[in-house]
Amino acid sequence: MPEEHATLLRATGIAKIFGSHRALDEVDFDLRAGEVHALLGENGAGKSTLIKILTGAYQPDAGRLEIDGQEVTFRDPQQAQAHGIGTVYQEVNLLPNRSVAENLFLGRQPTRWGLIRRREIEGRARDLLKTYGLDIDVRAELSTFSVAIQQIIAIARAVELSGKVLVLDEPTASLDRTEVALLFKVVRELKAKGLGIIFITHFLDQVFELSDRVTILRNGKKVATQALAGLAATDVVRMMLGKDVAFDHHLTGIDAAQRGAVRVEFVQMGRAGSVAPFSLTLHEGEVVGVAGLLGSGRTEVARLMFGVDASDGGTITVDGKPVTIRNPAQAVAAGFGFCPEDRKADGIFGDLSVRENIIIALQAKLGWFRALSHDDQVELAGRYADMLDIRAADHDMPIKLLSGGNQQKAILARWLAIDPTFLILDEPTRGIDVGAHAEIVRTINRLREEGLALFVISSELDEVVAYSNRVVVMRDRAMVAELSGAELEPDAIVSAIAGTASANPEIRT
Amino acid sequence: MTRPTAHLRPSSKPPAGRPRPLATFLTRPQVIALALVLCVNWLLFPGFFSITWQDGRLFGSLIDVLNRGAPVAILAIGMTAVIATKGVDLSVGAVMAISGAVAAVMVTSGQPAWLAVMAALAAGLVCGFWNGILVTVLQIQPIIATLVLMVAGRGLAQLVTEGTIVTFADPVLIFIGTGSVLGLPTPVFIALTLMVLATLIVRRTALGLLIEAVGVNRSAARFAGISAGLLLVLAYTFAGFCAATAGLIAAGDIRGADANNAGLWLELDAILAVVIGGTSLMGGRFSIPMSVLGAVIIQAMNTGILISGFSPEFNLVVKSGVIILILILQSPISANLLRRKPAAHTDGARR
Repeated sequence: MPEEHATLLRATGIAKIFGSHRALDEVDFDLRAGEVHALLGENGAGKSTLIKILTGAYQPDAGRLEIDGQEVTFRDPQQAQAHGIGTVYQEVNLLPNRSVAENLFLGRQPTRWGLIRRREIEGRARDLLKTYGLDIDVRAELSTFSVAIQQIIAIARAVELSGKVLVLDEPTASLDRTEVALLFKVVRELKAKGLGIIFITHFLDQVFELSDRVTILRNGKKVATQALAGLAATDVVRMMLGKDVAFDHHLTGIDAAQRGAVRVEFVQMGRAGSVAPFSLTLHEGEVVGVAGLLGSGRTEVARLMFGVDASDGGTITVDGKPVTIRNPAQAVAAGFGFCPEDRKADGIFGDLSVRENIIIALQAKLGWFRALSHDDQVELAGRYADMLDIRAADHDMPIKLLSGGNQQKAILARWLAIDPTFLILDEPTRGIDVGAHAEIVRTINRLREEGLALFVISSELDEVVAYSNRVVVMRDRAMVAELSGAELEPDAIVSAIAGTASANPEIRT
Repeated sequence: MTRPTAHLRPSSKPPAGRPRPLATFLTRPQVIALALVLCVNWLLFPGFFSITWQDGRLFGSLIDVLNRGAPVAILAIGMTAVIATKGVDLSVGAVMAISGAVAAVMVTSGQPAWLAVMAALAAGLVCGFWNGILVTVLQIQPIIATLVLMVAGRGLAQLVTEGTIVTFADPVLIFIGTGSVLGLPTPVFIALTLMVLATLIVRRTALGLLIEAVGVNRSAARFAGISAGLLLVLAYTFAGFCAATAGLIAAGDIRGADANNAGLWLELDAILAVVIGGTSLMGGRFSIPMSVLGAVIIQAMNTGILISGFSPEFNLVVKSGVIILILILQSPISANLLRRKPAAHTDGARR
C-alpha cells in the first residue's frame, strides 16, 4: 500500500496570483511512489493552475517544490521533464501525421553520422510498446490509431522521457468504456512499477476505480487530501462543492401552489450523444437552478433550449403557444435570452462598444431594417447600465476593456433589453469578483420577483440554493432528479449529484 | 432605473460617435497619404491638377486617376463587406471576366443591351451566392472557398466566350466603359453612386452593425440571435454583384471580353484598397468610403509612376513601399506611440 512508499513529489504552500485573483492559496500536495493520486475540483478550483506549476508551465508566487526530498525550481516544462515529471493531456500532444515510432523518439532520435537510424527507432518503439501490451505497426501514422491508443503512446513517450511522475490531465474525456479499461490497465502497470501518477478527471466513478488517494481543491484552496478507501462519493461531492454549504438563506414559503402561470414548457427535448430526453416546465417568477458536476450535461441542456444545438425531437411551448426553435435567432424571437458560460468566446463582441454590446440582441430581434437610432441606443444602454450598475468610463469604449463582472452585466443587460420571458444563465458568476458576484445574485432575485422565468446553471451549490425555487440535478448527461421546497437540502442534492440512492430519483415536471 | 446617468460619461469627453467629422477625416493616415501621393504627382507633372471641360465632360489627370481607379474601387466596396465578416473574396477578378464574357456574348448574339447587362449582373450575383454557400453551409474557409471560383471562374468565362476575345460595338456597353454622366466618366459615376448607396444602406439600416458583430465574434453573434449565415451569404453575393459591375466597365472600356486578362489580379488590389482604408482583415469595423479612398490612393500611385516616366516595373516597388508606410501608420504600436494619453485612459477604465 502507498504508506510504504516514499514521497516522490512534495509541494508546500503553493500560491499563484493572477492580477487580484488568487488562483492558488497556500496549497499543499504530495505524491508517493506507486500511487494514483486523483486531483478533483470544479472549474476555477485551481486544478489546472496547480498542474501547470508542478509541470513547470507556471512559476509559483510562493511555496516550494521538492522531488525526492530535494528542493527544485522549474523555469519551463523541459526542466520539469528532466526532473522526471511527464504530462499527458486530453488532446494528444503529438504529431498526428508522423509515424508512431517517430512520435515516440521525436527530438531524441538515435543517429549515426547525423542521419536518423530509422530501423533502430522502429525496433525500439516496438519493444517499448510491447511492454504496454500494444502490438501495432509502429511505421503507421499516429492519426490512424484510436484516441485511446494515441493516449497510451503519449504515456509511453512521457514515461520514457521522465519516468518518475506522470500527470494525466483528463485522459478519458473522449474515450469509450473499453478504451478506458485499456488505459486503466496501463496506468495500473505503471503504478506497480513505482511511478507516481496524478490523475485529473471529472468522472467520479473513475476516480474511485483507479485512485488510491484524492486531493480536492475548491476556490484555489485545498479542501482535503484523503485515502479513497472508506470514502463515499457523497463525501467527495460535498467537498468539491463546499463543505459548509450555506443553505440558510434559501427561499422558503414558495411552493408550487404559489408560483405564477406556466411560461415555458419543454417536452421530451434531447440530443443523441449529448443529453438524454428531458421535460421541464418553467413558471412566471420562478428560478430553476441546475446542479451537477462538470460534464454532467448542464450546458448541453441550455444549448438545446436556446437552439444552439438542434433537439432530436420534443416540443417547446411559450405561454401556451407552440414555438419552433432550431437556432438562436428563433429563440430570441420567442423571447429567450442566454448568457453563455464562455463569456469571451460566445458572449462579448470585444471590439464593439459597450453600448453596441448591450443593444445588439434587441437589434437582431428587430431585424435589419428597423435600426435603433444612435439616441435610442444611448438611452437603452444608459438605462440598463444604471439598472445593473455597469461601470464603464463611457459607453463608446470597446467592451473588452471592462472587467469580467462588468462584461457579464453587459451581457445580462443585452438580454433584459429584449424584454425576455425566459432567461438562461450558464455560470453567471464564474470568474468575476466578489462585489459583482453579489450584484448578479441580487439581480437574479429581482428578475424573479419581476416575473421572469429563469434557468440558472452554477457549480456553486450554495449559490444555486440561494436563488432557486426548484433545483434539477444532472448526472451522466441526464436530468436525474428535481428537488423543491423542503427537499432543497444539502444531503438530497449532494446524493443526487453523486448518484447514490436518493429520496427523489424520479424526474418530475 | 431612474438614477442619473451623469457619472457614466465624464463631461470632459465630448459625446463620442459625434466628433468633429471634418477634422478627424483630414487627419486620417489615408487622407494624408493621398495628399502626399498627389503632391508628388504634381511635382513630377505640374499640370496634374488642371481639369478642363470639353465636349460636356471633365478631362484631366485627376479625373483619369478616378476613372482608372473606378473598377478597383467598385471591387473594394464589395470586398469591404466580405472582409468585415472576417472573410475574403479571391474570386472577384474572375467574376469580372465572367460578367464581361456574358455581356459580350449576349450582345454579339443579337440580344438587347439591357438584357445583356442584367444577365451579367445576375451571373455575378450567382457567383457571389455560390461563394457564400461554400463559406456558410459547407463551412469552408473563405480563402479556400473563393479560390475555387478564382481558378474555375476564368475557365467558365472562356467557356462562355468559346476561347476567343469577343469584341462588340454595342453603344450601351461602350457607354458603361467610356461614356460620361453629368460630366463625370461613367465608371466614376457608377463607383460614386454605388459607394453612396452601399454606405447609406449599411449605416441607415442595422446591417452595418450586424455585419461588424459577425466579423468580431461569429459565435457570439449566433448566441445573440443574429442570423450570421444569412449575413455572410449576403456579403459574398454583394461582392459578386460589385465584381460583375466592374466587369461590365472593364469590357466596355476595351470594347470586348478577354476571359484571360479581364480583372486579372485585381482581387489583390481590391483587398489592398480595403486594408489601406483601415478595415482589418480580422473583421469587424469597416468603412466603405475609406476603402474607395484606398482604391484611389493605389491608382494615384500607378498614375504617378506612369507620368514620371519610370518603367512600370518600378511601380510595384514604390507601391509596396507606400503600402508598408500606411500599414505602419495604422498598426496598433504606432497608434499607441501617437496617442499615449488615450492608452492611459483605457487602462484607468479597466478597474
